[in-house]
Amino acid sequence: MEIADRDEVHPKIIEALLKTDAGLSSDDALENEMILNMGPQHPATHGVLRLVLRLDGETVIACVPELGYLHRGYEKMAENMSYYEFIPHTDRLDYLAPLCNNVAWVLAVEKLAGIQAPPRAQYIRMLISELSRIASHLIAVGSMAMDVGALTVFLWTIREREKILDIWDIICGARFTNSYTRIGGVANDMQPEAKAKVQWFINQFDENLEECEKLLNANRIFIDRLEGVGVISGEDALDLGLTGPSLRGSGVDYDIRRYQPYLFYNEMDFKIPTYTEGDCLARYFVRIDEMRESAKIVKQILDKIPQGDVQANQPKKVLPKKHEVYSKMEELIHDFMIVNFGINPPDGEVYHAVENPKGELGFYFVSKGEGHPWKCKIRSPSFNNLQSVPHLVKGYMVSDVVAIIGSIDPVMGEADK
Amino acid sequence: MKEIILNQLNASLPNIQVETSEFKDELTIQVQKKDIVEVCKVLKNDSELKFIHCIDVTAIDWARRKDRFTVVYHLFSLKNKFQLVVKADVDESDCNIDTVSSVWRSANWHEREVYDMYGITFNFHPDLRRMYMPEEFEYHPLRKDFPVLGIPGSLPLPKK
Amino acid sequence: MGLEAKLTQDGFLTTKIDALLAWSRKSSVWPMPMGISCCAIEMMAVGGPKYDIARFGSEVMRFTPRQCDLMIVAGTVTYKMSHVVKKIYDQMPDPKWVIAMGACTSSGGMYRSYPVVQGIDQFLPVDIYLAGCPPRPDNLLNALIQIQEKIGRTKGRDFQNKPLSELNVIQNN
Repeated sequence: MEIADRDEVHPKIIEALLKTDAGLSSDDALENEMILNMGPQHPATHGVLRLVLRLDGETVIACVPELGYLHRGYEKMAENMSYYEFIPHTDRLDYLAPLCNNVAWVLAVEKLAGIQAPPRAQYIRMLISELSRIASHLIAVGSMAMDVGALTVFLWTIREREKILDIWDIICGARFTNSYTRIGGVANDMQPEAKAKVQWFINQFDENLEECEKLLNANRIFIDRLEGVGVISGEDALDLGLTGPSLRGSGVDYDIRRYQPYLFYNEMDFKIPTYTEGDCLARYFVRIDEMRESAKIVKQILDKIPQGDVQANQPKKVLPKKHEVYSKMEELIHDFMIVNFGINPPDGEVYHAVENPKGELGFYFVSKGEGHPWKCKIRSPSFNNLQSVPHLVKGYMVSDVVAIIGSIDPVMGEADK
Repeated sequence: MKEIILNQLNASLPNIQVETSEFKDELTIQVQKKDIVEVCKVLKNDSELKFIHCIDVTAIDWARRKDRFTVVYHLFSLKNKFQLVVKADVDESDCNIDTVSSVWRSANWHEREVYDMYGITFNFHPDLRRMYMPEEFEYHPLRKDFPVLGIPGSLPLPKK
Repeated sequence: MGLEAKLTQDGFLTTKIDALLAWSRKSSVWPMPMGISCCAIEMMAVGGPKYDIARFGSEVMRFTPRQCDLMIVAGTVTYKMSHVVKKIYDQMPDPKWVIAMGACTSSGGMYRSYPVVQGIDQFLPVDIYLAGCPPRPDNLLNALIQIQEKIGRTKGRDFQNKPLSELNVIQNN
């Protein structure tokens, strides 16, 4: 293994790049074509994504994404720790919406272990998921606008996002990586101040979103750079494994909140925004509309949220409250057993998916009845969405690649796992 | 739904052996390694089934002598709103299976990931490279005999 | 401002070149945002309107290493990525400083696993280790202020064409 070789593009990547059928290349290919390396440190690749492009002039004729610069061995680590211990790790998967991942993890474990969280906990989970979705889409829209040259929107969406992070601060005491959910419920009840703050945020949000939209929707440069760029048909999108807003921009209304409802989503009144154009602009509009729908869901949750406990009453599976651990024998024993040996779900295999801001996030467990999973597979949306990039960028300019990556909105934390 | 799937499979492919099992409302069908591409083609193209969304391809290392690995395919049918798990056992001495990336293009990267993590080779795969680890890396991290902390010196650091 | 008052009185001031250099260096640190994972989002928040890094003269985030003198390594560095980080560090002109932002950059943090480098000080000289996973934006601002104090203590002759790792003065401060 020579260290000096690592600066070059690996010969196998070049081979893969040249193998792809380049229907667009001109006759004297060798004179015109060049290979351009983009990333892993590049302002527009949203993290450490690396694209190796094969260009004819300025037109992309082939593209090979190279992943793994942020591979942190999550699946190996999950095999070596208990179900409770892994909750903080899920924060760092899709780090733009940590709470969605928390919810996904505990729902999968609850499905495996057969636990039912109380209604108030489920409503709180729905509330935090939808607010996270708004926070994530705000960054997605802002950074996409920044990539195509509109910096102001980014500052305005960050301002809105900070308000949501302040809400997390009140709800669970952490502003960014929250680890708020627990198996069988959530860590602590939502205080009235938090509810008031959510109410305040939702009331002013629509107006502020409109303000951000005004900067973009009538912006000639923004529209021109996105319209008709990175077009993908619905069939191709499904075949390539796209999910989430990127798929709904191509006219397929696949949303897990509708197709396999979890929590109380089947009682909520919301639309699944879809656009049929399948270009970058459609994906941008889907995100904006989804934020509106999420705000609508949050409003309904605030009206409907019941009172009650936030932790299921299953002492062998659910961590007891701290003040009871300090004062009662039984609870102390259960706490000790759960922390040291885990919750020991039955033998079996489950897959549970939720609709994350980026798409379908699923966890697949193989349990052998032990405290830690025998196998844990993370089905991350960004990984699958990135798979469509070679298809999307083919035939467009280098500058369009930036807009296309922005519209796919990958998060390398979960793409590389 | 279980009956429909089995009927359609038997009608199209009378010679295959299929075992089914259910856990927590999830239907799993276990097929032979050699039949996997045929089964997947039927599951995707049959007008009643239409499993057009390949959610995931992964593998399990059972750490046992016979049939050490199991390759797992998660499929979803938008038409029936039904999720199906397909499994095929792979032995360590004959560590390869046919690729399904000709059926679903999304399986391409998943299979590369399985190759990287478990060392299972996918025959006829268009671009079988490592997904995450550097090309020079010699091990397959998700195998049960690989330690979490890795093998010292297997990945080089730049000079200080 | 003291400076303007001085100018109206006498029209000149006396200082050492070292002090002037250090003062101008520390007041306009240009960071290279080496955003790798979660910490990069908090770094974006520092650049945003609420925390506003511009108050400390460092809003000029340059994505090319050639224009920067402070590298903020924000996020988990894996073995595969370490070669890239090192290469970018080497491209930065001297004098240069490094902030290891967050637990996993400083020590591997919660990732005791095969692909993660257990602390970037194995291949980079680090000036500030920043606690937190990820650190709050206030904490990053605190690190920036500490870096500024450190730069303020340097002298011009500390940087006579030597690589940074050989300079005892900076390493021991």
